[in-house]
Amino acid sequence: MSIIQVENLEYVYGAGLPGATRALHDVSFSIEEGDFVGIIGPTGCGKSTLITHFNGLHRPSSGRILVDGQDMWADPKAIRRFRFMVGLVFQYPEYQLFEETVYKDIAYGPTNMGLDADEVRRRVLMAADFCGVAESWLEKSPFELSGGQKRRVAIAGVIAMQPRVLVLDEPAAGLDPEGREMILSQVKAYHRESGSSVVLVSHSMEDIAKYADKVLVLQEGTVAMYDTTENVFARAQELMDMGLSVPQVTQIFLQLRSMGIDISTDVYTIPYAVKTICRALEERGLSGC
Amino acid sequence: MSDEKMLKTENITFAYEEDAAPVLRGVSCEVRRGELVAVLGANGCGKSTLAKHFNAILLPTEGKVWVEDMDTADENKLLDIRQKVGMVFQNPDNQIVATVVEEDVAFALENLGVPPQEMRLRVDEAMELAGIYKHRAKGPHKLSGGQKQRVAIAGVIAMRPDCLVLDEATAMLDPRGRAQVMKTVRHLNRDFGITVVMITHYMEEAAEADRVLVMSGGEIVMNGTPKEVFVRSEEMKSLRLDVPQAQELCLALREAGLDVPTDIISTEDCAAMLARLLQTGRADG
Amino acid sequence: MLRDITIGQHFPGDSPVHRLDPRIKLLLTLAYIIVLFAVHNISGMVLAFAVVLGLYLAAKIPLKVLARSMRPLLPIILFTAVLNLFFAAGEPIVQIWIFKISKEGIYYAITMVLRILCLIAGSSLLTYTTSPIVLTDAVERLLRPLAVLHLPVHELAMMMTIALRFIPTLIEETEKIMNAQKARGADLDSGNLMQRVKALIPVLIPLFISSFRRADELAMAMECRCYHGGDGRTRMKQLHVTGQDVVSTLIFCFAMAVLVATRWLPF
Repeated sequence: MSIIQVENLEYVYGAGLPGATRALHDVSFSIEEGDFVGIIGPTGCGKSTLITHFNGLHRPSSGRILVDGQDMWADPKAIRRFRFMVGLVFQYPEYQLFEETVYKDIAYGPTNMGLDADEVRRRVLMAADFCGVAESWLEKSPFELSGGQKRRVAIAGVIAMQPRVLVLDEPAAGLDPEGREMILSQVKAYHRESGSSVVLVSHSMEDIAKYADKVLVLQEGTVAMYDTTENVFARAQELMDMGLSVPQVTQIFLQLRSMGIDISTDVYTIPYAVKTICRALEERGLSGC
Repeated sequence: MSDEKMLKTENITFAYEEDAAPVLRGVSCEVRRGELVAVLGANGCGKSTLAKHFNAILLPTEGKVWVEDMDTADENKLLDIRQKVGMVFQNPDNQIVATVVEEDVAFALENLGVPPQEMRLRVDEAMELAGIYKHRAKGPHKLSGGQKQRVAIAGVIAMRPDCLVLDEATAMLDPRGRAQVMKTVRHLNRDFGITVVMITHYMEEAAEADRVLVMSGGEIVMNGTPKEVFVRSEEMKSLRLDVPQAQELCLALREAGLDVPTDIISTEDCAAMLARLLQTGRADG
Repeated sequence: MLRDITIGQHFPGDSPVHRLDPRIKLLLTLAYIIVLFAVHNISGMVLAFAVVLGLYLAAKIPLKVLARSMRPLLPIILFTAVLNLFFAAGEPIVQIWIFKISKEGIYYAITMVLRILCLIAGSSLLTYTTSPIVLTDAVERLLRPLAVLHLPVHELAMMMTIALRFIPTLIEETEKIMNAQKARGADLDSGNLMQRVKALIPVLIPLFISSFRRADELAMAMECRCYHGGDGRTRMKQLHVTGQDVVSTLIFCFAMAVLVATRWLPF
């Protein structure tokens, strides 16, 4: 069964006021249990608005969202329940840290869920472990940590709620290459080991290509593409026409094609690129790999 | 580009507190007038601390920093130094002072006591250069990140500095904003001869520079053209830095047993090389 | 949402009201407010209201905007009306239980409501037609003579500018932090007063920390742009009193004189 099902979602900012703007229009798609979905789209395409719908921070102007088969807004008073099912990590989440110790901050979500102290403890340690938060940090103030470390604590604070779906908005923004790699591979490990679904919003096509199994492309508030990563990057030219960048390695193959060389352009990772080149050499009867 | 010296550091050491471990350990470097220099390095390598030495926001614990022939430790020269070396920071929101774009661009000139008629001309000129003239009457909160960052650049350019230091000025921007800022910076460098020092951790941006300095542990560990630096991909990786995918692809192809050159860093060069390989079976022209 | 607040908002335009020298505009607004308290007749109040509505039309600001800014103040207006209606001394014409309504009561209620409406409309017109920075500038220039008395006029004006600049940024930031904490299950909208105040801690602490960080970075950015206090500073925008300003001022003063003159009318 789909874990998140979006049906004809429409959202208008400042409805009824002059200057009302439609952020989402007729958005329908579903995310299956265990999927790793990347969401891409130019700035202002409605990505942030869409993901804040997933845990009920925005209420659809029309259409509905089913989480685990239940209509989120059937009973608006019970909306908090869905906040625990869909964990949302915002951009620059380190700016939400507030507790005296790292432990208490990670425990904030699980405590709000009304869990007992033992269960809270178990979850804090589990989340800290997944996010590479060392045990020695747990009793420190979060404000003593470096930027990248704070980021990991903040993400642990959401993972500790053990959400069925983990949604991350640009989790690696502003980090150096090592920090990026570390956070994203931790998210991937969490996805693999917990079996939860993950939704990753990112501007970095290289990251999406590397981690996502499926990609949703939003454009001007509507779904432009929703397919496997391979099939989406095979339409690289269309993506570039939308003003999106594609991985550099894909650009190389697009340039080859424009030089009149007959080669497939659905390449989005280095190993696949090597394979494609070797195959093309073989087909041409040239010395291969 | 001339051989004239713009910035120079002589064996500088710096620690934020007296007993703390130094963040800079004997950094010596020189930036020539008109150069576009990128400083790459992982978080905590000291690159932002170095940047803040270029216009006397920080003074070295040991060693000297020169802006042309002015010692940054000379307090009488402070305003001259700040006017000569403009600085743009990471967070666009935290460097805009006024509630209207053009008022903000005028801020530095107002501080310097420039007469109003001349100020108007220089403000308009700076806004044109940064490509934000059409937004001049807007409030900064109505602008995108890339636009805000260009307002910050215009506010600095209005001082007519000889050198622009960008301290991770693109780190918080989306790809479009980054492209806008980079375009503006290139324009200022190429067409107006403004020296640029760009602190970044995006290797794509560094690839466009004339020269790349790589920092690690408070020291400069590499110094050369982008090509010279990026071909040392093993070393770059050990310093926790990325190399362009074009370079990675060449290395992977080599590992697969193909005879391809490894000094390629741009997508264009890589595509050209692959085209030759697929047409003739040989990578070198 | 926090963003819907319209009081203090600025609607740029190019009307005679917009163009009026901000110093004169500020002084005339003060004069108008004083005159409102000098007028006691319904006829005078109606006239005063007509004057301000006329200025809205001249400034091309839709009256809908004015109506929207008055909505949150409706309870205060009604409360004042009721207070005047029932508690004014005079001959009762209707009596319900212990409440008496007199002719004077009705008279006072109408005058008072009109006065409040005029106050809101008049002061809003100033902020609607004058950008905050120009207004701050006008305050600084009007207060400048006080600098002789060692009053930190420039510093106060700078603080006002920075506050105005950062209000939208901090509102946006507050919303972001609130959403982030709600996503972690924070319950900000229910419970008694104590519980609600406590629930705000996770919002306020990050907000304070980020404000301090912003202040730090802003100070550094200002230093980089050669800020060194008010000494030797010039301003890009100079204020000049034009012929049109003089004419507008004379017309406005005449209108104010007429308003004050209504004191001697019998109704």
